Amino acid sequence: MRKNNVTIKKTAVKSGTWQYAPAPESTDHIEIKQQYELFINGKFVKPNSKKYFDTINPATEKKISSVAQANTKDIDLAVKAAKNAYDNVWSKMPGAERAKYIYRIARLMQERAREFAVIESMDGGKPIRESRDIDIPLACNHFFYYAGWADKLAYAFPNRKPSSLGVAAQIIPWNFPLLMAAWKIAPALATGNTVVLKPAESTPLTALKLAEIIQASGLPDGVVNIVTGYGDAGAALVHHPLVNKIAFTGSTPVGKYIQHAIAGTSKKATLELGGKAAHIIFEDAPIDQAVEGIVNGIFFNQGHVCCAGSRLFVQENIAALVIKKLKRRMDTLIVGDPLDKNTDIGAINSKEQFNTIQQYIKLGIAEGAEMYQPSCELPAQGLFCKPTLFLHTSQSHRIVQEEIFGPVLSIQTFRTIEEVIEKANNIPYGLSAGVWTDKGSKIFNLTTQLRAGVIWANTYNKFDPSSPFGGYKESGFGREGGIHGLASYVKFEG
Amino acid sequence: MPQLNILKTYKIFIGGAFPRTESGRYYKVTDAKNNLLANACLSSRKDFRNAVVAARKAFEGWSKKTHFNRGQILYRMAEMLEGRRSQFKEEIMAQGSTPLQAEKEIQLSIERCVYYSGWCDKYSALYSSVNPVASAHFNFSVPEPMGVVSVIAPEDSSLLGLLSVILPVIAGGNVCVVLASETKPLCSITFAEVLATSDLPAGVVNILTGKSKELHTHFSNHMDVNAVIYCRDNQAEQKTIEENASINVKRSFCWHKDWSSNEHQNPYLIMDLQEIKTTWHPIESIGIGGAKY
Repeated sequence: MRKNNVTIKKTAVKSGTWQYAPAPESTDHIEIKQQYELFINGKFVKPNSKKYFDTINPATEKKISSVAQANTKDIDLAVKAAKNAYDNVWSKMPGAERAKYIYRIARLMQERAREFAVIESMDGGKPIRESRDIDIPLACNHFFYYAGWADKLAYAFPNRKPSSLGVAAQIIPWNFPLLMAAWKIAPALATGNTVVLKPAESTPLTALKLAEIIQASGLPDGVVNIVTGYGDAGAALVHHPLVNKIAFTGSTPVGKYIQHAIAGTSKKATLELGGKAAHIIFEDAPIDQAVEGIVNGIFFNQGHVCCAGSRLFVQENIAALVIKKLKRRMDTLIVGDPLDKNTDIGAINSKEQFNTIQQYIKLGIAEGAEMYQPSCELPAQGLFCKPTLFLHTSQSHRIVQEEIFGPVLSIQTFRTIEEVIEKANNIPYGLSAGVWTDKGSKIFNLTTQLRAGVIWANTYNKFDPSSPFGGYKESGFGREGGIHGLASYVKFEG
Repeated sequence: MPQLNILKTYKIFIGGAFPRTESGRYYKVTDAKNNLLANACLSSRKDFRNAVVAARKAFEGWSKKTHFNRGQILYRMAEMLEGRRSQFKEEIMAQGSTPLQAEKEIQLSIERCVYYSGWCDKYSALYSSVNPVASAHFNFSVPEPMGVVSVIAPEDSSLLGLLSVILPVIAGGNVCVVLASETKPLCSITFAEVLATSDLPAGVVNILTGKSKELHTHFSNHMDVNAVIYCRDNQAEQKTIEENASINVKRSFCWHKDWSSNEHQNPYLIMDLQEIKTTWHPIESIGIGGAKY
């Protein structure tokens, strides 16, 4: 007892007037190998590059494991394995049989959900509360959802016969590593395509654990191949002549590079790119709920969210009140150990991203905006960033125009609906937006006029396998999730 | 003494008006025997940019018209086409078709207007969804028009090809700037006269004549164009268009099809130019269980 008390006293997080005892999730039950290989043609194989890179826990900046670094030759082997599996097995298999494999993968993931959650938080820095309650369950559910589509595709496309495309090259980011893998792999398999997936170099572990599950599921060799590596491996995938489809989630510049690279080929693409969502609070909004929405909108997953509500617009006459309440709420946020169940904001994913965010914070100050950060203590080591607010910003500020991908919110005020719609849409991005008001007709006025693919009204940052996700304009094209997500992976005969 | 015919001057169609190209350039349109049919405008980059401005201005109003009203206007286009059968027949024949071919092309063109008129207030219901999310939210997805679409129309089909690619674009609430067939541009400008008398708001459809060789770069690299459609078979041009599209993540499509039958008329062409928007709203405390939809 006494020992415990001492521990609590030493590490308790002071937050507002509340004291929270540490509540760390146990890491005893998880398995992480010292070294991971490439998953090609159903087997874990050593990379031709003979190189490995370290994957780092951003909360401690210590190495977790070594991961194989694929080169062009490895990518070629993976694509050929996928092509072979497509030609000889997967494209010939009835949908109902494909479904059984996908259901099986979903179930195996559910069984090991806690292990996945812990590894996701260790490898990427996100709070265990989010990986446990959001990332992992949604990833499992995505497989479960799309499994059911495999033998019902004809019903999704009236008067057309959908058929698969072939080999899908899928390149995913580091902010939702397993969830993005599920968003990519599940619909591709359901529609009869085979897959080469490249996880992000800073968060490869849960995808490699998924490879173990896929191997255990008995999925035919080569139907899913998972290759870890850097940008050069991704480029090799994009350029490979046997690839029929590219599905990419990541930055807008890389998305444009991919679109340019596949010009003049028959490759199809789905691009899920950057965002800078407007989050709009009207005077008649339920203010306490809206403040929770603002916090969830920008500080969820340390703000490493393409659909983060990073541009806040508050109607002028309630701005003082909203900002006061928002600051007070920010003061209670707990920044710290991702594995602690009390943590609200975990570690910044990588040193590189940490530096980017710090640069933007400096830039915001230099641009003349007024910064607010709570006085919370940050852990002595690891990559952590305080939740940050910028007041007195305007449309021309770079912190308002550019995607920061961190816990940094800029606030502007507005007077009329017309003004806020104009400002909200006046940006190259169009991924998501949020609106808070108690008036139904005003909601629909806004939701129909905001040029973005996902609109949250009186809520924010909600996701579901049955709900299509994707952007307008420079936020990319194609949808993932729901019935509309199927269209990204089929062509029509004739 | 025979009376002198009044020859028609073929101009371009921008923002509901019929200006000449600002460049002052022209090219000769001839028939198979090299007789001069018309001096057509050789449109420039500036004409294209002016047309995009007109189109963007028209988008707000056109995309907000009721779907039913859009359907009525497309039907009106069919009516106006019907009344000009003889004029189109002469032009199509002058451009090298037999009388029978010309009649068939006009008939199909009128029918295609009626076909897409009917889709205006139906595609949205067919391709929308209420999504059964596993939480207490009402969640639905609907198609919305992309915006300004640039179109390089088919080269070989003067009227029917042009209509076949314009109709699915505007039926879905988009606006467009279209480059007509280079060698067979006559019908395109006469068709513009149909549009101008069909209650179609100015700027919804803008038609230029000229050379794809000159204009395809501008059609694909303009930053205020949301999608580009290429309907010809020059692979080098198509590649350039797709490369340029990446500058602002334009959606690009190749619609190189045989428009002379009904095989390729379908709502999936409308859907090519639609974004899917998904909206979430919470459902008030529902006690036990999840969503109600």
